[in-house]
Amino acid sequence: MKQKEESMEKENRAFEPKIIAFLCNWCTYAGADLAGVSRIQYPSNIRIIRLMCSGALDPTYVIKSLLEGADGVLIGGCHPGDCHYISGNFKARRRVAVLKASLKEAGLEPERVWLRWISASEGAYFAETVEGMVLHLKQLGPNPLKSMWAI
Amino acid sequence: MEKIGSVAVFGAGIAGMQAALDLAETGFKVYLVDNKPAIGGVMSQLDKTFPTNDCAMCIMSPKLVDTGRHPNIEIITNADLKGIEGEAGSFTVTLKKRPRFVDESKCNGCGDCAQKCPVTLPSEFDEGMGNRKAIYKRYPQAIPNLFAIDKMGVSPCREQCPASVNIQGYVALISMGEYKKAYDLIRERQPFPAVCGRICHHPCESACNRSEVDDPVAINYLKLFAADYVLKNGYIDEEETECASPKDAKVAVVGAGPAGLTCARNLADQGYSVTIFEREDKPGGTLYTGIPNYRLDKQVLFKEADAVLRNKHIEISYGVNIGSDRSLVEIRNEGYKAVFVATGATKSGGLSVPGIDTDRVLRGIEFLHDVNVGKPVRLNGVVVVLGGGNVAVDSARTALRLGADKAVIVYRRTKKEMPAYPWEIEEALKEGVEILNSWTPAEVIAKNGRVEGIRFHKCAGVFDIEGAFSTDISLDESMVLDADYIVTATGQVPDDTVTRDLDGIETGAGGRFVADPLTLQTNVEWVFAGGDAVSGPSSMVEAVAAGHEAAESIVRFIEKRDLREGRHHSPQKKAPLPHRSVRKEARKKMPMLPVAKRMSGFDEIELGYDEKNASEEAQRCLNCAGCSECMMCVEACGCDAIDHMMKEEEMVIDTGAIILAVGYEKYDPSGLHEYGYQKYPNVVTSGEFERILSASGPFSGHIVRPSDHKEPMKIAWIQCVGSRQMREQGKAYCSSVCCMYSIKEAVIAKEHSPALDCHVYYIDIRAFGKDFDKYYERARDEYGVKFRQARLSSIDSVPGTDDLIVKYFVDSVDCDGGDEVKEERYDMIVLSAGLVSNSCNADLSRITGVALNKFGFIDTHPLFREKTSISGIYTCGAASAPRDIPETVATASASASYACALLKEERHTLTVEKQYPEQRDISNEEPRIGVFICHCGINIGSVVDVPSVTEYAKTLPCVVYAEQNLYTCSQDTQHKMKQVIQEYNINRVLIASCTPRTHEPLFQDTLKESGLNPFLIEFVGIREQCSWVHMKQKSKATQKAKQLVAMGAARAKLLAPFQRSSFPVMKKGLVVGGGVAGMTAALNLAEQGFDTYLVEKDKELGGNLRDIYYTIDGEDTQKLLSDTIREIMENEAVTVFTDSEATEIAGYVGNYTTVIRNNVSGEETQIEHGAIIVATGAVGVNTEEYLYGKSNTIVTQTELEKRIADGETFKNVTMIQCVGSRDGERPYCSRVCCQTALKNAIRIKKRVPESIVTIFYRDMRSYGFYEEYYQKAREMGVTFIRYERERKPAVSLNERKKPKIRYHNILLGRSLELSSDLLVLSTGMEPPDNKTISNTLKVPLNGEGFFLEAHAKLRPLDFTTEGVYLCGTAHSPKNIAESISQAAGAAARAATLLAKEKVQASGRTVRVKDRICSGCGICVEICPFNAREIDEQTGRARVTEVLCQGCGLCATACPNAATQQMSFTKSQIYQMIEEAV
Repeated sequence: MKQKEESMEKENRAFEPKIIAFLCNWCTYAGADLAGVSRIQYPSNIRIIRLMCSGALDPTYVIKSLLEGADGVLIGGCHPGDCHYISGNFKARRRVAVLKASLKEAGLEPERVWLRWISASEGAYFAETVEGMVLHLKQLGPNPLKSMWAI
Repeated sequence: MEKIGSVAVFGAGIAGMQAALDLAETGFKVYLVDNKPAIGGVMSQLDKTFPTNDCAMCIMSPKLVDTGRHPNIEIITNADLKGIEGEAGSFTVTLKKRPRFVDESKCNGCGDCAQKCPVTLPSEFDEGMGNRKAIYKRYPQAIPNLFAIDKMGVSPCREQCPASVNIQGYVALISMGEYKKAYDLIRERQPFPAVCGRICHHPCESACNRSEVDDPVAINYLKLFAADYVLKNGYIDEEETECASPKDAKVAVVGAGPAGLTCARNLADQGYSVTIFEREDKPGGTLYTGIPNYRLDKQVLFKEADAVLRNKHIEISYGVNIGSDRSLVEIRNEGYKAVFVATGATKSGGLSVPGIDTDRVLRGIEFLHDVNVGKPVRLNGVVVVLGGGNVAVDSARTALRLGADKAVIVYRRTKKEMPAYPWEIEEALKEGVEILNSWTPAEVIAKNGRVEGIRFHKCAGVFDIEGAFSTDISLDESMVLDADYIVTATGQVPDDTVTRDLDGIETGAGGRFVADPLTLQTNVEWVFAGGDAVSGPSSMVEAVAAGHEAAESIVRFIEKRDLREGRHHSPQKKAPLPHRSVRKEARKKMPMLPVAKRMSGFDEIELGYDEKNASEEAQRCLNCAGCSECMMCVEACGCDAIDHMMKEEEMVIDTGAIILAVGYEKYDPSGLHEYGYQKYPNVVTSGEFERILSASGPFSGHIVRPSDHKEPMKIAWIQCVGSRQMREQGKAYCSSVCCMYSIKEAVIAKEHSPALDCHVYYIDIRAFGKDFDKYYERARDEYGVKFRQARLSSIDSVPGTDDLIVKYFVDSVDCDGGDEVKEERYDMIVLSAGLVSNSCNADLSRITGVALNKFGFIDTHPLFREKTSISGIYTCGAASAPRDIPETVATASASASYACALLKEERHTLTVEKQYPEQRDISNEEPRIGVFICHCGINIGSVVDVPSVTEYAKTLPCVVYAEQNLYTCSQDTQHKMKQVIQEYNINRVLIASCTPRTHEPLFQDTLKESGLNPFLIEFVGIREQCSWVHMKQKSKATQKAKQLVAMGAARAKLLAPFQRSSFPVMKKGLVVGGGVAGMTAALNLAEQGFDTYLVEKDKELGGNLRDIYYTIDGEDTQKLLSDTIREIMENEAVTVFTDSEATEIAGYVGNYTTVIRNNVSGEETQIEHGAIIVATGAVGVNTEEYLYGKSNTIVTQTELEKRIADGETFKNVTMIQCVGSRDGERPYCSRVCCQTALKNAIRIKKRVPESIVTIFYRDMRSYGFYEEYYQKAREMGVTFIRYERERKPAVSLNERKKPKIRYHNILLGRSLELSSDLLVLSTGMEPPDNKTISNTLKVPLNGEGFFLEAHAKLRPLDFTTEGVYLCGTAHSPKNIAESISQAAGAAARAATLLAKEKVQASGRTVRVKDRICSGCGICVEICPFNAREIDEQTGRARVTEVLCQGCGLCATACPNAATQQMSFTKSQIYQMIEEAV
């Protein structure tokens, strides 16, 4: 038993979470670009998918990501008031709130899904966010859905 | 005169960009000229913008990109206006374009150069708080995305160096550890760096600017360090010199000293065969024979000489005495084209003293020579050295090392006058050498033919008053020194035997050769001479300089070119002491061999810096010249884009109109000593604080104070710094924006750390813009920013800390009266510095003739604020007055409107539209993906294993081709891409490189050029998302890059082509509202050549203008009214409907059908038009406050104005401000009331100077230049009494029905009462009921009922609904001139649409699959742009593609997935997700 625990712990330590990020073209994707231009280093666990607006995030994207085995999903949009399309980010906020509630129902930790407002000038904050999320997911452990497939 | 269809816009800040975009979109070619290397102006430096707290860069960068990418905007950076000719419609403009030193056509902005650049300078963009490199981009998102180099002139050190060694360059290289590169850079001008580092007298250090701060940089020691590092590591021992291809000409050099070797090297480097004839057995000349080993280790010399002599074009013959062994003529006859005589000054000068020929009297030069070449020389006893130069000092020190008991230098002049280097004298004294000054030798005393002593006479002086040589010897005073040896060191002369056989060569004083000082040519044309042989004993670096010049002359001589042309040293601009604070730091000391260890031999006594010392010392360099020309960037650049030889260019452009959008400068408060700016590090300007707040600023958005980088707990903002200044005449105006930006800064600071205590010290809070007052109140009530009305006394530091004390006076009863100085302590202080006129305005005025106002801003017509004093030259933004961003943008559009009107016939004559081949139909083709993976020089390639990613890409489904490129964006790769697309029949392209945000349009263009639909592209960012952010995790970065490529390929195969739909534009405009704004808008549209309908609901045009009689500036507004109406009536393009309303408006951008109903006749007219301008205005507030309506002694300002206009006079008038404004019901400032009150008060006082006028106010909002009228009113005796919102004045009527006002006097803290003949209420403005129009046009209103523009900052005249525009008081309260500006601007905005034949959908729009659409209407509800509607006939949802902005909200909301966004379909995203995990 103890051995098993140890080996699980070891696995967790070596565990590198996979994060899929859906970023709005105007703010957070630009913020990620700025992190690059400023050579701010952050973990390589993230795969970015660009959307024109965070409001165009279909909740199924998040669900699909988690079903496919992503350990976390980051959604990035403009700060409230900054949306290039007036209020798309508010729509994202509402969708994510509903989505998180249903994830909980489905037995998935809602904190696997992060919604952050990151502006085009916040390259450092983008990097910090990725770093924080990787750290958090490492503590949380792998996406439980993955082991369920094994069965 | 033929007009020209182009406009030159000067200044590319937000104003210039807006004007340029509006003009380019309406069909004009635009030259956008800026004096900086990038566009963007001040706005790019801001953190957030008020009152929306938008991120300035976020909202601005789409505009930057649009400007940078517009085919009809030519951006000209680094350029100033130089001259102008012509007249309105046709100007010829001359520009002076300063060199960027980076080829704009080659640079791709990758930044490899800046990574390598060793020179760190303060960043102007970060207000000097952060750093940048000498080669830099102004800010990360800069447009154009190009690097630039600033050069400030030649550094003083280099200017002083005889050999012109690039000193700043090698010091910079040493600072970054590039020692070999530093060494090589020195060698370009100084072939013997290690020798030079030991013996140079370094005039560079005397010139060093750093000595104004503390001590000069130890340049010579640094050179020594770098050279020794290279020598010790053997880097030059086997070094192969690159040999130029040989030239068919031989040159002889006589003498292998520094001059001869330098000359030989330079000639050999160019391919000439050089033979050196050297008398000694080794190279080096005087360096070998004359300099003792303890100063210069000979092995060092030989190594460096060998490095020169290794060149296969150089031959050297040792032991050859030219003159005695061979003659110059013989050499000449052997075919040598020229000879360089560099034989040095190798003989001691004579000394005529009785007994000088005695045994044991040695000649200094010969003595040193013998010791140096290794001849056995013995000395003992007392050695007396005669002379005061370096040879004397060297001889004495050498004598001690050879075993002399004592060495005494006797010199006829004072110690100060000794020509030896002071540091050598100092070391000699340390070593025990005695120096006796002011004695001249009289006689050598000999015994038995050997020296026994020497007698001296006292010597009082050596030169007479005129400076001629004349020893003033006192025979009465003499002394005798015992001596065993005497060494004479009193002068050096050349050995002229070398030219013995050459007839007629000219020699001068001391047997020195005479050569032309510039060309070094002697009177025998093929003989050149230089070095000590010409100059007499001098320094080795002078000799090297002569070597350079001789080589240059000889080449010219052989090539039969003019020897002198272009060689006169034109004085270069000397780089000044950089203007910035520098921390004092002592110069690093050179470790020396202890004196005790010196005498046992000839070991070098300077031990050299270690690496740490060298690096620290090198960092002391102030980089005076900016770029050090070390050429690291040239090496780093993979595009070959850097050219340090670029010169200033002149450009001539032809243009029809000119817009001056040069903006403002920030006030520099360092002249106002009481503020302590630059004295105390934690007193910063508002501009600096913006950068502190900015996430991309010097502290990454952490609020810290500069002195210790600690988070402040308490910050004060001091308002009106450099504004409203009475004592500084030029700054008497209000800067209009400081109140708001300070509130914003305080709010943002509070958002960063809520515990922060923020105080604002102000005179009046001027929150007069749209939604500004609400922002102010939120800052106060919600954020807890504290506002204190006070006058500043001074800012002082708290001794022993970096904290600060604000001392101030308060005009408030809460603080016990007026005059007491209060104080409060802060961690940091922000000075809200005002806006001052651009310093370039004076030049602009001189060149163009435009008038400036007394504050240096560009003077404009008081009503038409974009018109300057010169026809055809317009202005906008803060160039003509302090303005906030929305006003700047509005005036920019307005200036474009006037230029368009001037040039309307020339529209589309100079613009280009690119032609593309027909698009290939790929509908029946299987996906065939071509993948292009970029190395980006080393930006990607050095981290990501690009070849393996490329191989991997080839294995992906549907990929038929994959290749890697050095730069995928380069011209040649684009060309190749087109070929590959053809050859492999590629129908989807995947680019893996930087970021689609900057580069996608470029590749889309390439696709179009190769006949593919531009939407068949997928772009993955393996630079911004891999190599740049995972630099230390190469394998992970590579793995991620592969996965991104796989994701991209998965999506690419699902990409489908689509055509952006377009619709014809009905080129007519409709203006709703016939007030001053509506009339102006209609007239402007008509003047631009568009038919316009003007609809006014009243029976006459004019609106509120009918009730206004004059402006505060004294303009006759009734004349404006009648003139405007007349122009409208006379203009055939304007159709006016009075008594009418637009009842039905149907259609969309470019295509509207509107029904106009005459409310009197009921007649309906249907019109068609493409654009709508809403100018429905505002109305005066109706009030019942202050007993209005109860007596005819209580009136509004409008009523007063009419009575003044009718000629009435008044004796005692009281006014109350903010009636119906800034209260619960109308929480906004009506903006015009303060100026109206001032205007009428001044009129009353002018008419009856002794009349009493009292104004009750809350904040006097006489913004901008109106501040002057406030001052004037006070000077005229108008009384101003402040009241607070909570304690309004109370009005009652006395028995004669005259108003009696009871008020709370804040100063005295008690109630007072005054009576008046007339009470005038400054009632504000409010919007009429706009709901109907809002609904008809589907445009929103704000909370107060004014129309809500598309964006408060950057789109003040647009609605989110395309094709509908806004101006005048319908937007928010404003005065006549401001309304006219907006109206002209709205006309320009409308013209951008009407000038087009077709309007095109903006991009990645959505499409509907009718089959599965249920017509539920969710998409209609969610669309922010009114682009969705339900087709009444089919019941299915429709997309109006021209209105669709491509956000994708509706596609996501669609429950049936009937709506899909092109390029972002759900299946595409799902595919990417699958590949991502």
